[in-house]
Amino acid sequence: MSQENQIYTVSIYTENNIGLLNRISAIFQRRHINIESIVSSVSEIKGVSRWTIVVKVTEEQIKKIIGQIEKQVEVIKAFYHTDDETIHQESCLFKIKSDLLFDERQIQNIIKDSNANIVTVNKKFFVLEKSGRRQELDELHQKLKPFGIMQFVRSGRIAVTKDEMKISEMLLAFKN
Amino acid sequence: MGNTQTITKDEKQVVTSTRISGSEAVVRCLLAEGVETVYGYPGGAIMPIYDELYKYQDKLHHVLTRHEQGATHAAQGFARISGKVGVAMATSGPGATNLITGIADAQIDSTPMVCITGQVASHLLGSDAFQETDIIGISTPVTKWNHQITKASEIPEVLAKAFYIAKSGRPGPVLIDITKDAQFEEFDFEYKPCEAIRSYKPVPETQPEQVKAAADLINSAKKPMIVWGQGVILGEAEEELKAVIEKAGIPSAWTILGASAIPTSHPLNIGMVGMHGNYAPNKLTNECDVLIAIGMRFDDRVTGNLATYAKQAKVIHFEIDPAEVDKNVKTDIAVLGDAKTSLAALLPLLEAKSHDNWHNEFKKLYDVEFEKVIKNDLHPTKEGLTMGEVLKQINTETKGEAAIVSDVGQHQMIACRYADFKVSKSNITSGGLGTMGFALPAAIGAKMAAPNREVVAIIGDGGYQMTIQELGTIFQTRVPVKIVVLNNDFLGMVRQWQQLFFDRRYASTELVNPDFVQIAKGYHIDAKRVTKREELADAVKEMIASDSAYFLEVCVEKEDNVFPMIPTGASVSDVRLS
Repeated sequence: MSQENQIYTVSIYTENNIGLLNRISAIFQRRHINIESIVSSVSEIKGVSRWTIVVKVTEEQIKKIIGQIEKQVEVIKAFYHTDDETIHQESCLFKIKSDLLFDERQIQNIIKDSNANIVTVNKKFFVLEKSGRRQELDELHQKLKPFGIMQFVRSGRIAVTKDEMKISEMLLAFKN
Repeated sequence: MGNTQTITKDEKQVVTSTRISGSEAVVRCLLAEGVETVYGYPGGAIMPIYDELYKYQDKLHHVLTRHEQGATHAAQGFARISGKVGVAMATSGPGATNLITGIADAQIDSTPMVCITGQVASHLLGSDAFQETDIIGISTPVTKWNHQITKASEIPEVLAKAFYIAKSGRPGPVLIDITKDAQFEEFDFEYKPCEAIRSYKPVPETQPEQVKAAADLINSAKKPMIVWGQGVILGEAEEELKAVIEKAGIPSAWTILGASAIPTSHPLNIGMVGMHGNYAPNKLTNECDVLIAIGMRFDDRVTGNLATYAKQAKVIHFEIDPAEVDKNVKTDIAVLGDAKTSLAALLPLLEAKSHDNWHNEFKKLYDVEFEKVIKNDLHPTKEGLTMGEVLKQINTETKGEAAIVSDVGQHQMIACRYADFKVSKSNITSGGLGTMGFALPAAIGAKMAAPNREVVAIIGDGGYQMTIQELGTIFQTRVPVKIVVLNNDFLGMVRQWQQLFFDRRYASTELVNPDFVQIAKGYHIDAKRVTKREELADAVKEMIASDSAYFLEVCVEKEDNVFPMIPTGASVSDVRLS
């Protein structure tokens, strides 16, 4: 088992209950592990939440952490994956002065080349949205930086796995 | 006062619908779960529930402890001796935070407990109201589950879940926080016990192929050794373990919380493993060829340095909690499931063996330990009294039938090493958390849960003063516990470490103690002090013969050390005898 730190995507299916965020994050906090990103959303299953957490740890650590997460009463199932095993995306928003859109022709080219979307434009500012891999988002960020960015925000990673995560069967079994 | 009858799921009542308050619902849920005794302390935010306890006092016995920590430890003592869920109650704010030590203790020692706390009214949540504290946030890392109730209608389902979660699978503490408005609110009450939760699988299925693989490995072993833990007791697998041990002829050692599952005198019981465990099982952990761990979690106090722990052995782990497998020690075969099912499945696959030569290895090392340590502990020739000879005397007078409730420190190690256990669930002590102050209140709970058993608390002079106010609970309830304080005027275990590893710099370990006998007498508890060996036998006899609570202080040698000892970070095979 690899003893080197690497990025793992943790996918957790849970009940949607108050306090669970605390319970899950405490598992990382207690082991002095920083959470790179965390996203909680609905899942493909009605009434079941899905969490996507990104951490940089060893495989031995992530295995133990998954065990501790699954042990929580309100966790239905937890999985961990390497980047190769998932399709993952992040999303980011740039708020930029509208003047620049007209004064700096280069910006229009950057937007076009990057496949970013203009979400809104008004007299004062426009908002640019870009989804993709972290590297693509970082590249766009670097290119726009010199022109001045009023606000920048990036979401946590969301990911689906290439292989099936056998969760629906489990819930079905409960109903029977 | 409680008794030791068990109530099966079928006997739990399904209460039909009636309109009652949330607080009455709490009491009726407790009754429906078969609860007879609760430990607690009232206060503003839980007063509606206490008002109902007053009305139901002929059905539900509430024991007023002198501190909320005492309530949790009493509930733990109750749970540990009976296998039932212990219940503790407290108000919001400081009442709730005072529960935390006991909850953390129950979490690490897998003790089934339900704590109910009052909370400020829901419209005040987050307003820094009087005695408001975020007890859900505070208790999250030390509970198996917790939940805040803000509507009365949630009470039946949440409390049913609380008991189910606390007791099932690997047990643990659950905290339910109930806002004051939910306690007052009226609703249509109906109670159904919880039988399953879709996101929670308490007991993993035992895989027959894993059992078969374990049996094959055990059958081929030349030098097998078992280390069992509390999983055997929690899973009520004592008979199954005994049958396995006897058929396969395997020398078997126990962790501190596994003590008493198999009688001390059983010829295949080779003693305790770990930091102050017996010489032979520690030493031979590093010589066995197959190590069979049953319901134990390879705590660092058991394994010493993991890098040198049983490296030569194949490891089989029987375990209910999948998160424990490979957590500390890499296993070759993991058998998931509860110990009772797994061991029952294992038994018919085992070949009958005796392993006589291997047994002799343990006997030889026992003789070494006897000469260097045990003889001096139990049959001292020096003037000062030893803790060991007090235990020996208690064994004699109780004929090994007593439940021993020990605190934390030197006396605890001596109690676990030398107590003669005949009955399971008889070693009640704070193992994982090492909570000083545990024993006095835990003994109260244990005696109430098992009134027909002798319950002897063995406590050091340090830990005793952490919860000494529970003498008030003993006086008020007249619970006939026997309290032995082994007084060496030191925080003995810390002092021992200072002597061995800090060049005898006794930083803040010497205690200037009060007159403990006078204090006990102040609570109208019979009390005696022993300072000389010739007084000991009669004093212990008198204590055990007493029908009421009794306090015995034994002034022991001040600077005795507990051996064997595995220094922190050392290998189990480097266990020291002096």
